[in-house]
Amino acid sequence: MFNIELKDVRKSYGDNEVLRGIDLSIEQGSFTAIVGKSGCGKSTLLRLIAKLEDVSKGMLSFSGEEANEPKIRIMFQDDRLLPWKNNLKNIALGAVNLAAAKESLEKVGLIDKQGDWPDQLSGGQKQRIALARALASNPDILLFDEPLGALDALTRLEMQKLIEGLWKQQQFTSLLVTHDVTEAVQLADRVIVIDSGRIQLDETIDLPRPRVRNEKFTYYERKILNEILGG
Amino acid sequence: MKRNTGWYNNRFFPWMVPIVFVLLWQVLGHYKIITSTLLPTPLEVFQAAIRLFNTGDLQEHVLISTQRALIGFFIGGIIGFVLGLFNGTIIFFEKLTDTTIQMIRTIPHLALIPLVILWFGIGESAKIFLVAVGVMFPIYINTFNGIKNVDRKLIEMGSVYGLSRWKLFTNVILPGSLPSILVGIRYALGVMWMSLIVAETIGADSGIGFMATNAREFMQMDIVVLTIVLYAILGKLSDVIAKLFEQRLLKWNAAFSKK
Repeated sequence: MFNIELKDVRKSYGDNEVLRGIDLSIEQGSFTAIVGKSGCGKSTLLRLIAKLEDVSKGMLSFSGEEANEPKIRIMFQDDRLLPWKNNLKNIALGAVNLAAAKESLEKVGLIDKQGDWPDQLSGGQKQRIALARALASNPDILLFDEPLGALDALTRLEMQKLIEGLWKQQQFTSLLVTHDVTEAVQLADRVIVIDSGRIQLDETIDLPRPRVRNEKFTYYERKILNEILGG
Repeated sequence: MKRNTGWYNNRFFPWMVPIVFVLLWQVLGHYKIITSTLLPTPLEVFQAAIRLFNTGDLQEHVLISTQRALIGFFIGGIIGFVLGLFNGTIIFFEKLTDTTIQMIRTIPHLALIPLVILWFGIGESAKIFLVAVGVMFPIYINTFNGIKNVDRKLIEMGSVYGLSRWKLFTNVILPGSLPSILVGIRYALGVMWMSLIVAETIGADSGIGFMATNAREFMQMDIVVLTIVLYAILGKLSDVIAKLFEQRLLKWNAAFSKK
C-alpha cells in the first residue's frame, strides 16, 4: 500500500505552465476525484503520477510499508485494447498468469466473451475488458483518465457501480479524473477542483455508500459545480 | 454491414470474363480470323504445354525460374524487412540510412542491368541480384511505414503496463505493423516476377524467359504465348498464397477475415 505525496509540483511545456504548484497527499486505499474544466491540467497531473511524463519542478513521491515501487495502472478514455489479441489475452497482458486473467474477466462479468476479438464488443464492454486488464495485476494505484466519458448514460451508471464494487473489494488507491461532477460525488471520498493549474477546492465527501441522490448529495454537487464555474 | 446476396456474388462470376475471352480467342483463331502465325489459338498453346511437359522441358524451366524467384525474394525480402525494422524502431538508424535508401529507391532497378551484367556476367547471381534489389524496397517501405504508424496510444499503454522492450515489440509493434508488411509482400511478389522475366529474357540458358527467347528465334509462336500464360499463372498463384497468409494472420481485422 502506498501514499502519494506531491509537493509544489509544477509542469510546463515550453513557456506554458500547466501545473503551478500542486500540494497534495493521497492516502492509500482512498478514492479521490479530480475535476475541472478542460485544459485545467487535471489529465497532466494524472500522467505525472503515472510516470508517463516527468515533473518539471517539485517533488512527487510514493511512500509505503514496502520498499519497492508501487504498481500503477491506468484506465484511459479509450479502451486501448490490442485488436489482434482476443479479450482474454488482452487481459493476460497485465496479469501474472492466465488464471489471474480469467478471474479478472469473471469479475467484470464477461467470461463468456473471452475468446472474442475486442472489435466484436460494444464500447461499454470494451471498457470493462480494459478495467479487467488493469485489475488483473493487482495494482496498488489505479488511475482513471475519464474512462467513462465516451459511454452512454446507462452504461456509465453500470460501470460506476462496477468500479465502486471492485475498489471496495480490492482496496487499491483510486484517482479519477473526470469533468462529470455527479460522477465524482458518486464515487469519491474526496473531490479536488483544479483551475488553471492550481488546487481550488479540496472537499471531503461525507456520504454513506452506496450513495443515493439525496439533499446532501445535491449540496456537494452544487458546491463543487459553483466552484468550477465561478472560478 | 448488409450481406450482399446479388446473383453475381458467387465464386464463379469473377471467372466469366477470362473464360469468355479465351473462348472468343479460340473461335476467332479456329475460323482463321486471326492467323495462327500471328497468335496461336488457346488449344494450340495448350498442346504446346503438353508436348513440353512430356519431354520434361516445361517442368525443368518452371522449376529453375521459381527457384531463382524465391531465392531472390528471400534475400531481398529479409534485407528490406530488417532495414525497415531497425529504421522504424531506432531513430539513430533512421536518421543514418533512411535518406540514402529513399535516394537509391528512386532508381528503376532494371536500369542496373548493364552494370549487373558487367559485374556478374549472365549467370545465376545476376538474376537473383536483380530480383533481390527489386523486392527489397517495397518490403522496406511498408515495414518502415507500418512500424511508424502503429497507434502511439497502444505503445503508451504498453509502457504503463510495464512491458519490456522485447514484449512491446512482439505484442504491440510487430502485430500492429503486420497489415502494412503484408501489403509490401504482395506488391513485392509482383516485382519479383517482373524482374525475373526481364533478367531471363536478356541472358539465360534456362528458365521461362529463356524458353520465350529461344522460341522466338525459331518462330514457335505457341511456346512464346505459353510462356506469357505461365507467368500469369505463377503470378496469380503467388498472389493467392499471399492472400491466404493475410487471412490467417489478420483474422482479427474485419477487413481481411473471411466472411
